[in-house]
Amino acid sequence: MAALSHVLEHRAVQYRRTFRSSVFSSFLSPVLFLTAMGLGLGGYVDRSGGAALGGLTYLQFLAPGLLAATVMQAAAFEATFPIIGGLNWQRTFHAMYATPLSPRDIALGNLVWMAIRLAMIATVFTVVIIAFGAAHSPLVVLGIPVAVLTGMAFGAPIAAYSATQRTPNKFNVIFRFGITPLFLFSGTFFPIESLPGFLQPVAWLSPLWHGVDLTRGLVLGTLGQNPVAMLAHVIVLTTIVAVSTWAAVRTIERRLVRG
Amino acid sequence: MSENPSTSLIHARGLTKRFGDFTAVDAIDFDVAPAEAFGFLGPNGAGKTSTMRMIGSVSPITDGTLTVLGLDPRINGPQIRARLGVVPQQDTLDTELTVRENLVLYGRYFGLSREECGRRADELLDFAQLTERQNDEVEPLSGGMKRRLTIARALINEPELLLLDEPTTGLDPQARHLLWDRLYRLKQRGVTLVLTTHYMDEAEQLCDRLVVMDKAKIVAEGSPRQLIERYSTKEVTELRFPADVQDSLDGKLDGLAERIERLADRVLLYADDGEAVAVAAHERGLKPETVLVRRSTLEDVFLRLTGRSLIE
Repeated sequence: MAALSHVLEHRAVQYRRTFRSSVFSSFLSPVLFLTAMGLGLGGYVDRSGGAALGGLTYLQFLAPGLLAATVMQAAAFEATFPIIGGLNWQRTFHAMYATPLSPRDIALGNLVWMAIRLAMIATVFTVVIIAFGAAHSPLVVLGIPVAVLTGMAFGAPIAAYSATQRTPNKFNVIFRFGITPLFLFSGTFFPIESLPGFLQPVAWLSPLWHGVDLTRGLVLGTLGQNPVAMLAHVIVLTTIVAVSTWAAVRTIERRLVRG
Repeated sequence: MSENPSTSLIHARGLTKRFGDFTAVDAIDFDVAPAEAFGFLGPNGAGKTSTMRMIGSVSPITDGTLTVLGLDPRINGPQIRARLGVVPQQDTLDTELTVRENLVLYGRYFGLSREECGRRADELLDFAQLTERQNDEVEPLSGGMKRRLTIARALINEPELLLLDEPTTGLDPQARHLLWDRLYRLKQRGVTLVLTTHYMDEAEQLCDRLVVMDKAKIVAEGSPRQLIERYSTKEVTELRFPADVQDSLDGKLDGLAERIERLADRVLLYADDGEAVAVAAHERGLKPETVLVRRSTLEDVFLRLTGRSLIE
């Protein structure tokens, strides 16, 4: 574990350089989104009555989903460029491998750092949710670990894939055909019940939907209404993270050994 | 040279590396003794880097035996790497960090305390002549400075063995000489150096002993001087003719030297007395554009052994 903490130390010193601008943009993004979509668009939505959203204002409905979705986007970014850079551009992972560190230490250290970064983003976002008055339960703070779990359900598999790539050419495909559609259609902006019937099962396959539904339950304090579904969400997300973390360790190791 | 694995820092027998059907290193044998500067000389693609990566315990051997510092890389990789310094062919510096941070954070990977890393970083910055640039970012540094920083970083754990893969490739002559000077100082301090190069002048400057590699095999072994004595003559006479004349030289040079090599742009005549060869050629009525008499180098050894030049 000492080796892993040294990877974290390294990443933290790197991060210190961009800390201010990073925290600022972590604040700015939810403020802009919640103002435009939550208050602006939400004003129109709420005028048509809140029945479709189960009595919630649109802002209350949107905020938790947007938390999970934003963390997912950040995870996709953290799992692509930093990984391919460490293996192919700056080759810092190879430098680490020339020390007593094992490929496993290197892979896990970077994934744990990714989780820490996501936790920072989720924390800032949660503060903004509270400031907008969109939280209705003290359980809102549990939205942070759930958002991180959701993010890692994307970050770990994407990192496993990134380690097999020598150029970023295919990353656009991930963002355009993976991250963006999921961002829009996983119950973030409207309940998936509004989707055409045949598309609803597709939404269930989206890890983001599990994360959005779970985060919403926590932030709004409605968790107790359907405990079995909530537990299922946790199991699905945890399984994805566990399996893909193992896969990321394998692909990063293969790449490091090959040179 | 030590043949005994217990006193060799590196001991290899039948060492082989295959990638699928491709054999990168084909059953090579060598030993490196403590405090020696040992070189792998050969053209690109000869298997030098694959050999270095196996010694560096980051690439598993396919066949044969290899011990590094008396340990087996397959079992003791982390323990071996803890005692090695590695200067890879491509810089792996962290360009998001300053010069100093690159040293300190790297030391942490070897389990050194922050204070110890800081103390060693100061010494190494001085050694690498980078003290004034210590708080600068890495990216604007020149190629030579980056190489010196990479070497300094490789020394942060006070390694017993320093592996350098093509340490001066891509540097200008001044930067190369500065780097050679630093490596020579390390050698004088008793650090064992193992390096690969395709520059014969680098091998002659730095190596006590070297092996010549070609097409995944070792084709010769010895000190630079021994290799030159064994595979070449004392002197070489280089004759350069106009292209059409060179093509019609058939037989006219026969008997002038012990051995004659015809390259695309010149003819090399190998003999112990180069001046005498030049005079004899002149007496035969040959009129080369330029005549150069020089001492034999490792380049001549390589040409003799493989029929090709080192840099193609």
